[in-house]
Amino acid sequence: MSGGVDSAVAAARAHEAGHDVTGVHLALSRNPASYRSGARGCCTIEDANDARRAADVIGIPFYVWDLSERFHEDVVEDFMDEYAAGRTPNPCLRCNERIKFAAVLDRAVGLGFDAVATGHYARLRTGADGLVQMHRAVDQGKDQSYVLGVLDQTQLRHSLFPLGGSTKAEVRAEAASRGLLVADKPDSHDICFVADGDNAGWLREKLGDRAPNHGGPILDESTGEELGRHDGTYAFTIGQRKGLRIGRPAPDGKPRFVLDIEPVSGTVLVGSRDRLAVGGLTAIQPRWCGAAPSLLAGPAVTVQLRAHGDEHRAEVRVDDGTVEVELLDPAYGIAPGQAVVVYDGTRVVGSATISVTRRSG
Amino acid sequence: MSPGVHYLDHAATTPMVPVAIEAMAQHLRDVGNPSSLHASGRNARRVVEESRETIAQALNCRPGEVVFTSGGTEADNLALKGVHWARHAADPRRTRILTTAVEHHAVLDPLVWLAETGAAEVELLPVDSTGRLEVGALAAAIERDPASVSLVSVMWANNEVGTLQPVEDAVALAGTHGIPVHTDAVQAVGAVPVDFAASGVDALTLTGHKVGGPYGVGALLVGREVEVTALVHGGGQERDIRSGTIDPPAIAGFATAVELAVKQQAEHAARVGELRADLVRRVIQAVPDAHLHGGAPDPLGVHRLPGNAHLGFPGCEGDSLLMLLDARGIECSTGSACSAGVPQPSHVLLAMGCDDDQARHSLRFSLGHTSTQADVDAVVEAIGPVVERARAARM
Repeated sequence: MSGGVDSAVAAARAHEAGHDVTGVHLALSRNPASYRSGARGCCTIEDANDARRAADVIGIPFYVWDLSERFHEDVVEDFMDEYAAGRTPNPCLRCNERIKFAAVLDRAVGLGFDAVATGHYARLRTGADGLVQMHRAVDQGKDQSYVLGVLDQTQLRHSLFPLGGSTKAEVRAEAASRGLLVADKPDSHDICFVADGDNAGWLREKLGDRAPNHGGPILDESTGEELGRHDGTYAFTIGQRKGLRIGRPAPDGKPRFVLDIEPVSGTVLVGSRDRLAVGGLTAIQPRWCGAAPSLLAGPAVTVQLRAHGDEHRAEVRVDDGTVEVELLDPAYGIAPGQAVVVYDGTRVVGSATISVTRRSG
Repeated sequence: MSPGVHYLDHAATTPMVPVAIEAMAQHLRDVGNPSSLHASGRNARRVVEESRETIAQALNCRPGEVVFTSGGTEADNLALKGVHWARHAADPRRTRILTTAVEHHAVLDPLVWLAETGAAEVELLPVDSTGRLEVGALAAAIERDPASVSLVSVMWANNEVGTLQPVEDAVALAGTHGIPVHTDAVQAVGAVPVDFAASGVDALTLTGHKVGGPYGVGALLVGREVEVTALVHGGGQERDIRSGTIDPPAIAGFATAVELAVKQQAEHAARVGELRADLVRRVIQAVPDAHLHGGAPDPLGVHRLPGNAHLGFPGCEGDSLLMLLDARGIECSTGSACSAGVPQPSHVLLAMGCDDDQARHSLRFSLGHTSTQADVDAVVEAIGPVVERARAARM
């Protein structure tokens, strides 16, 4: 129970369905005194209180679990390492993979619980083969199956997503009718451990000497011409357009985008949008929701490359621990470190971490 | 208390005794501000003054030495800040405040604040492995530069592990230099004999809800000759030390509870002391590597509070144990303060020499006036399976 409306309604539904529910708020910040004031949908003392009050209204026990050390090691450190290496991580996936459905689930199961329920928008059903399947939520705009694509079969067997069949609007209305004060609370959008959504500023402060560089040239990818300087490659991600301090426009007048990042040399390469087009990618460290596939092809096979991103038709080949994805619909601005989540229709097949992209532009 | 619940967290708070509820209820329909001059005001004032006399009698101080506050934390803040500011103003050399490393946060935090704002230097004196202040360390700290010591604060009994502190030694050491001594006695009143005059302390904190009285009311017993700078200024009530409209019903409830607690102290101590002994013996039987923290247990409460049993369960996390027991209707505490709702390892256990792990694997059971053999039996029956589960859940 984050203190947001989704987890509150999820808890209420699970309780009403007859499950023996205990609400848990995760304290993930190592320094509780540094919680930002106010409520931002997760993480602050006010959010913890919102969660507590929701538990009161629902009538379930409530505890706060301190997972700040684990969270720092498994999610925050990983976030820093990835940016330092020139990749673009998605910490929410890491958190689901290692904290919410691992550390929390392990502790819960150890204490005698059977499952972890969350307010994520995703649907679970059991297939004909007896395996638990995860599908996209009914509300396509809110669908969070992408960030859950890291869950394996064991984790799915111990998960519950009560909101998958509802729209956000329905959930808010239900919260109001249940007397949950968080019905109108705005959703959180930023990364929970980065105040004000300023990833670059946060990284600058936290990386310190660990930053691979503190500045370097911004080069035109086709001409090699130096167009400007930056203060650290970790502040950039492939496909980024804003924040490029280049004095003059491109000769063709089109906007420039980050095409590549070289942390070792401290170079950021930029170019026009068509240069961003990616036709294929290689991904590693796959995690499969059910059986590991070897080849997925056909009109129902798609991949999603960022949270709330487009579905791209694709052909997926799995060989040992490597996933080769050929994009039948090109994607733009895909960065190593991001997750590729593979779908067969609405069913999540699994996910892997992008290691190499092959540009088609 | 709900049926089926076994409440063993009396150190946190204890149910109001029926006579205190009656006393309070009796006055809730009265009207009259005790500061008003008319008959209604005087009647309200009378309730307050009779309560004051009752408390003074129970704790052996003069009625004029009783200053009513909103509770123990306010009384501690008033004593520490108020006495220090006055002492320092009288002699700027008086910059040091000496206290133990095991005080409650209501004492530690005001002192930390005074230190951080540059108003004082605070020295936390060490305790031994039972949690008892090392008197030698206090003596050395005073002797180093007696003129610089503003005040000494030593709790009467520790709230977590129950250890009784050498208050009389502190008074003797400080007294030779005219240094005032404050004691937080919120856990001690009603559990062990507390005699303000005999103890020689200059200021003593007590609170209503720990002795079967209501929340929101407490008192600082403070010698008439002790200078105290007020925290709360206003209408000048309570000797100008603590302004604010006095709460007659709460105070009536408070006084009734204190009177009863003191009157029944010996009998209460013997009764819960026996229950506690039974609990400790049988818990250790059920979980052989469990161990007791704090001073040696004894029914008369010479070394530790008679109702306190602070136990360590190796291989477990205290908050897992607490959750599992809570689910079975057994209520106790991990004895640590909460920061943002997240339990931190107990500073008391750390000061006693426990490491982080040991500090986290403990539970405090505290018995009170409503505790019965059934409560003890419930803990004993549950503790074995609960500890096993908590060990399995260890991350």
